Amino acid sequence: MRTATTVIIGAGQSGLAFSKELADRSIDHVLIERGEVANSWRKERWDSLQLLTPNWQSRLPGYAYRGIDPDGYMTMPAVTRFLQDYAAHIGAPVETGTTVSSVTASESGYRIVTNRGEWRCATLVLANGACNVAVVPKVAEGLPPAVTSLTPMQYRNPDQLEDGGVMVVGASATGIQLAQEIQAAGRQVTLSVGEHVRVPRLYRGRDIKWWMDATGVMDMHYTEVDDVKRARRVPSLQLVGSLERATLDLNTLSRNGVEVVGRLAGLRDGRAQFSGSLKNLCALADLKMNRLLDGIDEWVSKAGRESEFEPAHRFAPTRVDSDPPLGKDLTDGSVKTVIWATGYRPDYSWLHVPVLDRKGRIRHDGGVALDAPGLYVMGLPFLRRRKSSFLDGAGDDARDLADHLSAGLRRAAA
Amino acid sequence: MTTAQTISPDVDNGVNVAALIDAREALEAAPEAAQFKWRATCEWVNGTHSRSTVEGFFGLGEEQSRGKTFTVEADHPEVFAAEDNAATPVEIVLSGLASCLTAGVAAVAQHRGIQLRSVKATIEGDMDLQGILGIDDEVRNGFGTIRVNFDIDADASEDDLKALVAQSQKRSAVFDIVTNPTNVFVTVG
Repeated sequence: MRTATTVIIGAGQSGLAFSKELADRSIDHVLIERGEVANSWRKERWDSLQLLTPNWQSRLPGYAYRGIDPDGYMTMPAVTRFLQDYAAHIGAPVETGTTVSSVTASESGYRIVTNRGEWRCATLVLANGACNVAVVPKVAEGLPPAVTSLTPMQYRNPDQLEDGGVMVVGASATGIQLAQEIQAAGRQVTLSVGEHVRVPRLYRGRDIKWWMDATGVMDMHYTEVDDVKRARRVPSLQLVGSLERATLDLNTLSRNGVEVVGRLAGLRDGRAQFSGSLKNLCALADLKMNRLLDGIDEWVSKAGRESEFEPAHRFAPTRVDSDPPLGKDLTDGSVKTVIWATGYRPDYSWLHVPVLDRKGRIRHDGGVALDAPGLYVMGLPFLRRRKSSFLDGAGDDARDLADHLSAGLRRAAA
Repeated sequence: MTTAQTISPDVDNGVNVAALIDAREALEAAPEAAQFKWRATCEWVNGTHSRSTVEGFFGLGEEQSRGKTFTVEADHPEVFAAEDNAATPVEIVLSGLASCLTAGVAAVAQHRGIQLRSVKATIEGDMDLQGILGIDDEVRNGFGTIRVNFDIDADASEDDLKALVAQSQKRSAVFDIVTNPTNVFVTVG
């Protein structure tokens, strides 16, 4: 059995940023990583994925992107290299190939059982990511056996799919990207659209991520929002990182031939049933996008910086068929594959500390676990700030939580 | 970016938002109390004329008695060779949808600090009678399309009013009932 003051589970951006903050405070620690550094980016994403945030926004404590393309978006191999270089740069003490099978509370902290022995620690940081498991809704049980069911974790590229039509369920970043590339590969895609967040890639000549950063939207603190529970559940922005810096929204997808239908409400007798709420969900997304753009325009005008940017404008509303289909036969052979782009969740199956709520979510206050002294969590949506689940958000959260952790150790020692 | 959702003391649409927010918090902590059952009984009068009665319901973990009874009558119009004693059941469904959305508009407006002066929803549903008459199996019995138009007089921008109506749809029970499938079990005896 080995010991460390702090054990960090996961060596992605969250774990590495935390490691840097602990090293700066001379707190001895170890990172336990089931694979290699940046394992999820390396192994659990589809081939064409690029980061949703521009390169210049890849900033970690004491480190940042220094390449020649600040406005581009990293591919998965590039993100992996970036994080490996960071790990080497900060000399992060990573134990690779170490899979956690159990975490329990002990008298003086936590006990971590892995395939390579046991660790004991006073403080524990869960930095294993927000996207370990693809969430598949219960309605999936009604899928006819002849239709292949895939999650985005299993999907790599269109070539892997059986010939024939594809239904993508979910229209957040994952769903719209998969719909686009599968349709472009010559398959007929049906995209089932629930609640979604529409944004343009570029606005007034700048990346939307630049605007959200500059205007303070990404820095908004979890104590400042009206309803933080709701804010933590908001689906990911409809964005794609591409060479063309193109906007990918439902209008683009319809134009490219994707059949846009309502939320998948049921699967019975081999038939998919779509909700009649599509028009309203698109109206909600358009209104919400316009409120974001209004905020940006207001910020520009208050700062007296109109001349620096292209003029304000608004995007065409989402076009919705006057009579969108309410059902689809999944037994007639037209749809061979269904991909569930219906969200992700962290995996806490090995966590035997009573910190989960009835929905299996960790109960925490800005990353400080409730009723579990010395336990911290990183990298979840809106953990402490809107940017918490982004690469660019790991640094500020790690600093705040390392301060909290370090103060706790001093109190315990006193 | 979120819109400010402050509760303005100057705005009164007759909705007790503070109580609704308290209820939400209480039911989040005790999800079993959030399990409700709504009921009605319907008695045949004559021909297509019927009378439904609504009284108690189950919720907050126990039977709730209102201490009063509501009745809803339904019939068919004279063009169906009926006596037209009351609205048709499908018009009652449309009224239910319009009422639900209108109540939602008032509640959301209160929450967002928008004073309403008048709200009028006009609702229309298309129906091809070849369905219910069994003339064409490919035509469904129910509505093909339903359209609702809101005419709202309030101190708010056009976009704010659109957002009000959109949010009301998002949180409406009847909108969900109408737009999504529901298992229905009918028994005899």
